[in-house]
Amino acid sequence: MSFLELNKVTKIYPNGTKAVHETSMNVENGEFMVFVGPSGCGKSTLLRMIAGLEDITEGYINLDGILINKVDPSERDVAMVFQNYALYPHMNVYNNLAYGLKNRGISKEDIEKKVNEAAKLLQISEYLQRKPSMLSGGQRQRVAMGRAIVRNPKIFLFDEPLSNLDAKLRIQMRLEIKKLQQKVGVTSIFVTHDQVEAMTLADRLAVINNGLIEQLGTPIEIYNNPKSMFVAGFIGSPQMNFLEGELKNKTLTSEGFEINNVTSDFNGPVILGIRPEHMSQTDKGLINLSVDLVEQLGSDNLIYGEIKNKKDFCFRCPGSQIIKKGSKLSLNINDNNYYVFDKSNGNRVN
Amino acid sequence: MKIKLSQILAHIVLILGVLLMVIPIWLSFASSTHDTVTILKEGMKFGLGDQLTRNYNEVLNEKGGWSEEVTAAKMFINSFIMALGIATLKVIISAMSAYALVYFRFKFAVPIFWLIFITLLVPLEVRIFPSYKIVSDLGLTNSYTGLVLPLVASATATFFFRQFYKTIPDELLESAKLDGANSWRFFIDFLVPLSKTMIAAMFIFMFVYGYSQYLWPLIMTTSEEYWTVVMGMKIIFTESYEGVALPRTAERFAYIILSMIPPVLVVVFLQKWFIKGLIQTEK
Ligand SMILES: Nc1ncnc2c1ncn2[C@@H]1O[C@H](COP(=O)(O)OP(=O)(O)OP(=O)(O)O)[C@@H](O)[C@H]1O
Ligand SMILES: [Mg+2]
Repeated sequence: MSFLELNKVTKIYPNGTKAVHETSMNVENGEFMVFVGPSGCGKSTLLRMIAGLEDITEGYINLDGILINKVDPSERDVAMVFQNYALYPHMNVYNNLAYGLKNRGISKEDIEKKVNEAAKLLQISEYLQRKPSMLSGGQRQRVAMGRAIVRNPKIFLFDEPLSNLDAKLRIQMRLEIKKLQQKVGVTSIFVTHDQVEAMTLADRLAVINNGLIEQLGTPIEIYNNPKSMFVAGFIGSPQMNFLEGELKNKTLTSEGFEINNVTSDFNGPVILGIRPEHMSQTDKGLINLSVDLVEQLGSDNLIYGEIKNKKDFCFRCPGSQIIKKGSKLSLNINDNNYYVFDKSNGNRVN
Repeated sequence: MKIKLSQILAHIVLILGVLLMVIPIWLSFASSTHDTVTILKEGMKFGLGDQLTRNYNEVLNEKGGWSEEVTAAKMFINSFIMALGIATLKVIISAMSAYALVYFRFKFAVPIFWLIFITLLVPLEVRIFPSYKIVSDLGLTNSYTGLVLPLVASATATFFFRQFYKTIPDELLESAKLDGANSWRFFIDFLVPLSKTMIAAMFIFMFVYGYSQYLWPLIMTTSEEYWTVVMGMKIIFTESYEGVALPRTAERFAYIILSMIPPVLVVVFLQKWFIKGLIQTEK
């Protein structure tokens, strides 16, 4: 039995919006699970059902062997970090951390010990006497984390906790959250729509689209083996290139080139997906790219150009390679690293 | 430092405003230190007289009324109890009913809110006979309970509390819930401290409202033991002279000055909270 089990969980809001469809998944003890997906796909709803902040329309959720469908959020022993932190504005940092412990009837000395430990871990010891309004965004973020950690809950729930921070701080906090989770070892679920955040944080990743889990797996599994066009497009940066084509008797024709011996029995219109990083320059390659734009990131160059009818085709090469705007490149796909999707429903067919 | 013309003008206007407020009070106070005859002859006085102790002593200790039993001091106490009771209960009840209206999504919450709101159109003076009937059927005439109870529901305060609670983000409630707070704890630990400036403001308004009630205590009380200050202002310190009631003007001025003290004290005491709330924004 897994630590957290979702079984055919469905959420229909009173206004009729079906936010989550029959979702099932298991999260193991100590695992860092990330829900990723575009805005409005139902990530928060799923998380809030686990927290108990939203009723479950159908299905059931088990936490640590207990059916929690009807358990009040205050008794689920879960902690949540909100996007806007939801710190208690009238309490100083110490009391923000201590409040949940007080409600559990823990003795004053124990509370003090636990709060001080958590504060030290998060480097907020200096601010314990301050009100949240006197803290910077990053410090507030830490306090919110501290409030979750100090109670030592069964599970941490994070709802886009980094989206209010600036880019640099976001990367730093991302790292800290990961380190902290490994240190504390608490099962965590992290919601984000940022695929880089998802890839870097997750032990396992659930890609959600329209209230359905499209794919569940480790980040590398999902990156290497996307099951659908949606997942392929969502995971990976820069985004995978999609080209229209036709597959017939294992031969794929697309935008002026052909690929033979495709490992698929599918016949009909398809979408060919190629990641920008899965190509390299050769003489007489498959794909002819006329360069429109070069983005130099230092370590890498992102080359955008046109192949036949397809604009903004992206190719990624090491930053040491100097490529000029207007030049023509000849590219090959490395190791048959390409993906073929059924055009009608987006499912992977190779 | 350079003082701008606009600043000078602003100060002139402000000073004029202050004078407008203060002069009548000063006139009353100055007049309360003369004897009645001087005032009747010469009108209200600007300067101080020599009757201060006598007048105030008389006001506080003389037994007045038809039965010559009630003193002004007793009336101050009555008014204070009434105003305190009304203000306290009004604040508690309206804060709690606003809490119910905003946070408990029960059926008909909105119609109920509007029903409460409509009672603004029906002040006590309009429903005074039914109110009197109820209170007297309950046997509460001539009691503090009877003075206070019919006045403790407040649509205004409920409305203000409701508007305030609605500005509190849902996440606060949610994260309090996850921290193990039940509905009662959320009210006590969050809504009350977050709205303390609001509570102070409401308390002041409601105290002054309760203190200045006239018609209700007039109808409610037959025993002079429960007379209030505002009633007393009309009734006591008159002297009969050949069947005509003549006011004892000097004592009345002293009485007016004294009657102002309790509300002023409440304002002075609670204004610290006001200013605190204005300086540090907590949201
Ligand atoms: N209280 C509600 N009542 C009705 N519909 C809702 C409610 N909350 C969310 N929804 C709808 O449910 C769907 C999923 O919402 P949800 O908040 O879970 O999305 P999300 O994946 O968290 O998006 P985001 O990344 O923007 O936060 C959306 O279509 C949204 O409009
Ligand atoms: Mg969300």
